[in-house]
Amino acid sequence: MLDRPGAITGAVSTPRQHDSGHKHVAGRAIYIDDMPEPPGLLHVYFGTSSEAHARIAALDLAPVRAAEGVAAVFTAADIPGENDISPTHRHDEPILATDAVHFAGQPIFAVAARTRDQARRAARLANVTYEPLAAALSIEAAKPAGAMVTEPLTLVRGDADAAMGTAPRSLTGQMRIGGQDHFYLEGQIALALPGEDDEVTVYSSTQHPSEIQIMVAQTLDVPANAVTVEVRRMGGAFGGKETQGNLFAVVAALVAKKTGRAAKVRPDRDDDMIITGKRHDFLVDYAVGFDDDGRIMGVDMTYAARCGWSSDLSGPVTDRSLFHADNCYFYPHVRLASQPLKTNTVSNTAFRGFGGPQGMLGGERLIEEIAFATTKDPLEIRKLNLYGPGERSLTPYHQAVEETTARDIIETLEGSSDYWMRREEIDAYNSRSRVLKRGLALTPVKFGIAFTATHYNQAGALVHIYRDGSIHLNHGGTEMGQGLYVKVAQVVAEEFQVDIDRVRITATTTGKVPNTSATAASAGSDLNGMAAQAAARTIKNRLIAFAAEAWDVPPDQIAFLPGRVRIGQQDVPFAKFIGRAYMARISLSSTGFYKTPKIHWDRAKGRGRPFHYFAYGAACSEVCVDTLTGEYKVERVDILHDVGNSLNPAVDMGQIEGGFVQGMGWLTTEELWWDDKGHLRTHAPSTYKIPACGDRPRVFNVRMVHGVRNSEETIYRSKAVGEPPLMLAISVLHALSDAVASVAGHRLCPRLDPPATPERVLQTIDRLRAEDAAA
Amino acid sequence: MRNAIRFLLRSEARVLRSVDPTMTVLDYLRQVEGLVGTKEGCNEGDCGACTVTRVRLVDGGLRYEAVNACIQFVGTLDGCQLLTVEHLSSRDDRLHPVQQAMVDCHGSQCGFCTPGFVMSLFALTRHTDHAPDDAAIDDALAGNLCRCTGYAPIVRAAKRMYDLDPRADEITAREAETISALRALADDETVSVEKDRRRFFAPATVEALADLVLAHPDATIVAGSTDVGLWVTKQMRRPATVIYVGRVPALARLAETAEGLEIGAAVTYTDAAAALARYYPDMGEVIRRLGSVPIRNAGTIGGNVANASPIGDSPPMLIAAGATLHLRCGAKRRAMPIEDFFIDYGKQDRQSGEFVEKIVVPVPAQGTRFRAYKISKRFDQDISAVLGAFAVRLEGETVAEARIAYGGMAATPKRARAVEARLTGAAWTEATVRAAMVDLPQDFQPITDWRASAEYRLRTAQNLLLRLFIETSDPNTETRLVGDREIAHA
Ligand SMILES: Cc1cc2nc3c(=O)[nH]c(=O)nc-3n(C[C@H](O)[C@H](O)[C@H](O)COP(=O)(O)OP(=O)(O)OC[C@H]3O[C@@H](n4cnc5c(N)ncnc54)[C@H](O)[C@@H]3O)c2cc1C
Ligand code: FES
Ligand code: FES
Repeated sequence: MLDRPGAITGAVSTPRQHDSGHKHVAGRAIYIDDMPEPPGLLHVYFGTSSEAHARIAALDLAPVRAAEGVAAVFTAADIPGENDISPTHRHDEPILATDAVHFAGQPIFAVAARTRDQARRAARLANVTYEPLAAALSIEAAKPAGAMVTEPLTLVRGDADAAMGTAPRSLTGQMRIGGQDHFYLEGQIALALPGEDDEVTVYSSTQHPSEIQIMVAQTLDVPANAVTVEVRRMGGAFGGKETQGNLFAVVAALVAKKTGRAAKVRPDRDDDMIITGKRHDFLVDYAVGFDDDGRIMGVDMTYAARCGWSSDLSGPVTDRSLFHADNCYFYPHVRLASQPLKTNTVSNTAFRGFGGPQGMLGGERLIEEIAFATTKDPLEIRKLNLYGPGERSLTPYHQAVEETTARDIIETLEGSSDYWMRREEIDAYNSRSRVLKRGLALTPVKFGIAFTATHYNQAGALVHIYRDGSIHLNHGGTEMGQGLYVKVAQVVAEEFQVDIDRVRITATTTGKVPNTSATAASAGSDLNGMAAQAAARTIKNRLIAFAAEAWDVPPDQIAFLPGRVRIGQQDVPFAKFIGRAYMARISLSSTGFYKTPKIHWDRAKGRGRPFHYFAYGAACSEVCVDTLTGEYKVERVDILHDVGNSLNPAVDMGQIEGGFVQGMGWLTTEELWWDDKGHLRTHAPSTYKIPACGDRPRVFNVRMVHGVRNSEETIYRSKAVGEPPLMLAISVLHALSDAVASVAGHRLCPRLDPPATPERVLQTIDRLRAEDAAA
Repeated sequence: MRNAIRFLLRSEARVLRSVDPTMTVLDYLRQVEGLVGTKEGCNEGDCGACTVTRVRLVDGGLRYEAVNACIQFVGTLDGCQLLTVEHLSSRDDRLHPVQQAMVDCHGSQCGFCTPGFVMSLFALTRHTDHAPDDAAIDDALAGNLCRCTGYAPIVRAAKRMYDLDPRADEITAREAETISALRALADDETVSVEKDRRRFFAPATVEALADLVLAHPDATIVAGSTDVGLWVTKQMRRPATVIYVGRVPALARLAETAEGLEIGAAVTYTDAAAALARYYPDMGEVIRRLGSVPIRNAGTIGGNVANASPIGDSPPMLIAAGATLHLRCGAKRRAMPIEDFFIDYGKQDRQSGEFVEKIVVPVPAQGTRFRAYKISKRFDQDISAVLGAFAVRLEGETVAEARIAYGGMAATPKRARAVEARLTGAAWTEATVRAAMVDLPQDFQPITDWRASAEYRLRTAQNLLLRLFIETSDPNTETRLVGDREIAHA
């Protein structure tokens, strides 16, 4: 699709390139580590715990202080304000450890030196005497004592026990779901510049500048107005920079204010992976009752999560896992419980999907179990249990699913991917192929859009028009590669009907738009697009009033047309019109504000409307598995995804393709491996394997649903697209499971748990063969 | 003796008289030159964000090679041209066709991986003049990780760039000038530079090398630095003396002789792959998956052997093929069957002052079935959990000789003696192979780590014997998911 002739460039719904694309490719996009270093800059490195849980009996930092180039060493005692960066203000996350350490890798002190190399070497020189304490490293180890980092949630509708008691059939099982490292390509980083009085400016690679601002202020014991946080772009984030940047930013600010010199904190990749939180791993216990056709009657599931040593965002993450345990399926009677368990491992955090993907995996496992129990194709069971009209439309949290989008998408994809024909071909292939076996699966996604913390659903923007007609745009959203900046700029260009090049996109800073929410929950363009539109409309209304008066025409005869303003019969070029407005002393600057309507949530009752709307998609994946080694290849993937009326189809396509591959990595080769001392041993790309180019599906057909507008009043009726596509990759796990099941004639449910590494696949094949032979 | 390192940064000469012997090219670019377009994503050669192009004079022409700036030492640039992402756009700031194709195809999202991809794609344009197929693009990009795009748009850009005449650039226009500038830098002096009493040597003849190694027996020898680089960036080792072998022409020699294929210790994987694949197609297939293009452009088989890691991929293949290792100390030379080199974990049969001169790989004997299988979590650029290498010589239906070696199964790359004994003299049947599979635990008691459990290692090692049997006896059974699937039953 090209920009419409005679229309502005970069209008809404055109496939506009990423605003920084031309800079990315030339190496001219500036990330924080690329900024010219201020003179006297100090580089800061952390000294970290080698123990998973221990009392610090003695801490000897003399060798650190004596090391070459070292300017200063800081411990918790040097923090003027609060030694806490808990994002939910639970006071359970010290910046630097005091008397005890709670996971291997926890920062104990920070050393500032002239060069980064010196700081890094010095950080290794401390003598720490530990008195080991009992450590709970895994979910199993934590479960019996049941210590939790935050209050669990239970969602109940109907009577699950009774329903399962009367159901003709029922079964129980357990599913283990692995975690995931974000592996943003740009690691964590912060650069702090000391200012006058109590002021400090922090450049931080963060999805949440306002939170960094508050954290820095409370660490330094200064008011928030003394702290300015800015970020132009991140080199990837995926949730890993929603709260995880706090540590690096507050320590950079601390060092800067204490020494009066600029300070930069940038951990090496391995330290980044050891220190920062990841996607939560889960252990799901499930029970489901169903009838002989495979229709679900009752569901009881417990989602136990390894949250790590502090709460961080584990409360909302585990809540969201429950909100998605139904995926697209109606549970007539249901009980869902979360267990956010405390463990002596890194504190797990937000990651694209925010618990939703794990929740959905549990729901899809139920479908698979029922399919094997009833010897039906899983797709039939899926369709049988979809949300339907009337009383079959209620979610476990009492929000109704009013649309039939899931069914429409599934049925379209079922046809366009030739599901049934390929099912036959694959059966035929498997019966003649001795070593390689194929598998196929089609799975849907329904993902709730909005922050479940209602107050997060607000946004601000700031728009100026300068007297030459050029526009300055700022808003609270951050750019991490997802194309938010260009989408919001398109909205503003569309409002004023100017070419997008006239809109200058500027770095997110707490100094321009205050009290912003994290750019997260897929809500970036929903929120900031609306806020920017509001700001633009405020200015537009002033301009219309001005023109009506100055030209003496009724307001309804004034229109913003491409590059010009029509006033009655006359067209005035935009820049000239703005010049006139300036001379007439019209305010050409405005803020804009937006809060998401309709949503409410009563956590204590487990009832409400936590989501503004749902985003949908479905994927059909085909894989081929080597039954001698467990290796596999994703052969073909067909995706149909609903983005409403896309603000930018090119950007949305990128989110779908990229999200899918990232989800596939999580469910296949990305394995986090801790040793029995609680040390993470997969802490670099050499040991932690995200998908490489050759892992993308051999055939990859991605389509967006056309011509369907969001039924809610979102920005240009678009839908959020950041997180939902990640869950399309669940189809890969199920296709692998399908291939594995063929070794036992599809008689046994493989219960293939993710990550389905080649090892896990082979193990499952061997188990199935043994069980089948025994039966 | 020349006390300076000389190279071209784009077309500007650089002469460094005092340089840290293990300063990486990445730190040099970002900290000394202020060229911050090249990014650090991992500092261990695994993500490709730091990819740059090293241009060398080869046979009078220029050879463009993608390498990982994060694990290459500045001294190894001597005599080369270095090109970074900043050098592709024209001097009047027009994007290079490769860059334009990436923009056109929406190949960047967060953009942090992008300079590395651009440089890998740029190098690709110097090696193929038409759009390669998907598999070849995947291979070219196996060393570049992107967490945002899912790669599809980058692959589209890799094709699109060939519509934009990617070689019609200022770099091509200046080639004659570059060649003469590089010629002027070439000499056969030993380079020796120092900083803070730490030394970097780059001899240009094998004799000079031999003398230096003898004179500095504790020096760290560096070939491609794809192992040594990580000692520096990750373990923070600071060797006092570094001897770089990459300037020694005799060590970079690849020759076919009556004895077999002679591979000099400084021959890179890239250079050795095709020759090895001619005799042992599966060695080519394993090398295709070993590391990535930039790793293979730097890394050497000699380094892989000398490093003697139990999970190195070439040792088991070379053992199965019956290769010979040639060591040199001063003027003294000795040779040994390569398996004898690996004594124990961290212990090799290499004396003080000795270095690897070459490896000789014999031509396979008539009737030999050679297979090598690399098992890892991810197909591309992943260290093996298990590597099985098999040379089974059949006379009729009987196994006349079996040389079988595994990596990842013990403290050293090692032969499977019990399995070999079971097979030798037996009929080549599935029953024989299944009996040999049962014997395998006598040969190996592997360990559990993050790459694989002991059980998985043993189980796949056994199953690879079965794969070997199926491939050599049943051409109708498909056994391979990736790579050149013809090899399986060739
Ligand atoms: C990203 C990445 C991926 C990798 N993937 C793989 C893989 O898939 N499979 C695999 O096997 N390896 C892999 N490696 C490891 C590495 O590439 C190999 O071991 C490589 O062959 C080493 O060669 P080099 O020339 O780089 O050696 P260097 O790093 O220069 O040296 C390695 C060792 O050999 C010694 N040495 C080098 N040359 C000589 C000589 N002539 N005489 C005596 N000693 C010498 C050095 O002193 C050092 O001890 C990977 C490495 C990286 C960084
Ligand atoms: S920084 Fe990752 S390969 Fe060099
Ligand atoms: S564009 Fe973000 S890692 Fe590739």
